[in-house]
Amino acid sequence: MLLQTPLCGWHESHGGRMVDFAGWKMPVQYASIVDEHLATRRAAGLFDVSHMGRLAVHGPAASAWLESLLTRRVAGIEPGRVRYTLITSDAADTGVAVLDDALVSRDVDAADGTPRLALVVNASNREKVVAWLRTQLPPTGVTLVDRTSDTAMIAVQGPVAIDIVCQLCDPLEAAQIRQLGNYRATTATVAGQPAAVSRTGYTGEDGVELVVAAAAAVPVWEAIHAAGAPAGLLACGLGARDTLRLEAGMPLYGHELRADSDPFAIGLDLAVNLDGRSFPGSGRFVALRDHPAGRVRVGLAFDSKRSAREGHSVWRGDREVGVVTSGSFSPTLQRSVAMAMVDRDVAAAGTALDVLIRDTRQAATVAPLPFYCRPTKTPALQS
Amino acid sequence: MAAEMRFAKSHEWVRPEPSGLATVGVSAYAVEALTDLVFMQLPAVGRRVKAGESFGEIESVKAVSDLYSPVSGEIVEVNAALPNALETLGKDPYNAGWIIRIRPDDPKELDTLLDQSAYDALLKSQPH
Repeated sequence: MLLQTPLCGWHESHGGRMVDFAGWKMPVQYASIVDEHLATRRAAGLFDVSHMGRLAVHGPAASAWLESLLTRRVAGIEPGRVRYTLITSDAADTGVAVLDDALVSRDVDAADGTPRLALVVNASNREKVVAWLRTQLPPTGVTLVDRTSDTAMIAVQGPVAIDIVCQLCDPLEAAQIRQLGNYRATTATVAGQPAAVSRTGYTGEDGVELVVAAAAAVPVWEAIHAAGAPAGLLACGLGARDTLRLEAGMPLYGHELRADSDPFAIGLDLAVNLDGRSFPGSGRFVALRDHPAGRVRVGLAFDSKRSAREGHSVWRGDREVGVVTSGSFSPTLQRSVAMAMVDRDVAAAGTALDVLIRDTRQAATVAPLPFYCRPTKTPALQS
Repeated sequence: MAAEMRFAKSHEWVRPEPSGLATVGVSAYAVEALTDLVFMQLPAVGRRVKAGESFGEIESVKAVSDLYSPVSGEIVEVNAALPNALETLGKDPYNAGWIIRIRPDDPKELDTLLDQSAYDALLKSQPH
């Protein structure tokens, strides 16, 4: 039995092609992935991301406890600030492992007003992360609550995303949302519903992610859909979400980022703070930082529209030098792009490589990531 | 649409031509189901294929699919303009969107394929 978000009925009644994604019944697309992708780049895309895990950590010891478990500092997070972090474990049976990547923020619970730390984790890792965190809970002082099923999460992404959302807020709150820096969050009443609003996303575009009560999901979604349609907003499925994040060079857990990953080799240096810190696996990460080895993440650009896919091997002449972790036709660039883990000596931009796509070698060039970078309009605050 | 058009369960169509050749394409249903087509690999003219054998591939943003020959024979012509105009498959899948022409080893082999009503019944039984 697949889990359903509060918007599942809307997707099904609007032509969503529903698939099993990490145990959730989700739309991969409505009509066309390319149209949805380009709508997000040119105007706005509306995404149901309620399948993402939303965890709340309350209590007097919440900060110190979470600080001891994440690769980035938590205790110093100001209210309204969002950080990208990894969650690691050092359980005896699995060894040191990257369990997930996550966004962590300090805010007040939209439903009941209590101060808390909020974590957003991948749908595919939610149960594993919750189980791990529960084994680490102290006897008192911290409460961990999985809020995934009683809330919904809606992403509005694209150059006019902020304008659309602000149409649905009172002028004061609209001004606050416009002034939010990247990786900053606030609360607002959106389309009459209380919402946590963060200037984050997974598309490479400006925009926000909203967390609302589950019962508010449909009215908020429909209000945004109606307000954005004249400007070209389209509801988007997970297919476009994946091509957008690929163009934006963002790693996806299970593809670029895995349990045994070296975060520095993937380019996630900023997600790991080792200064005077101790967290599960921090010793291993110090060694990885000080002695770089192994394959590194690169972009690959193709002249062809034929797509490299995850698992395809990468070659330099007769030598196998890497493996593709994600690949697709890029609707923005109108040719194929991929991310791959390759040997360090072939990782320089401009290096000519081949990818073996179903018995045929396809020429590729190592390209800087991201493949797509939007014109910056929001204040460039460090995450 | 010509009444004598036949379909494979894998959603290719085949139509016998007065010349004795058989024209092959993919059904409107398949094009609609695939969506976002970005790449097509055509076979070499002169290649021999068996019924059910892959003669090329068609790729959408999400996935790549084999194209299967509905009949055995020699590929005598390919629609070389098609890979650069894949939108033709959506606009006119049964005429301008043809993919290859085959000289069938046995013209009677077409009779083993689904006719229009049997294919329509197959589609009705598919989940949408």
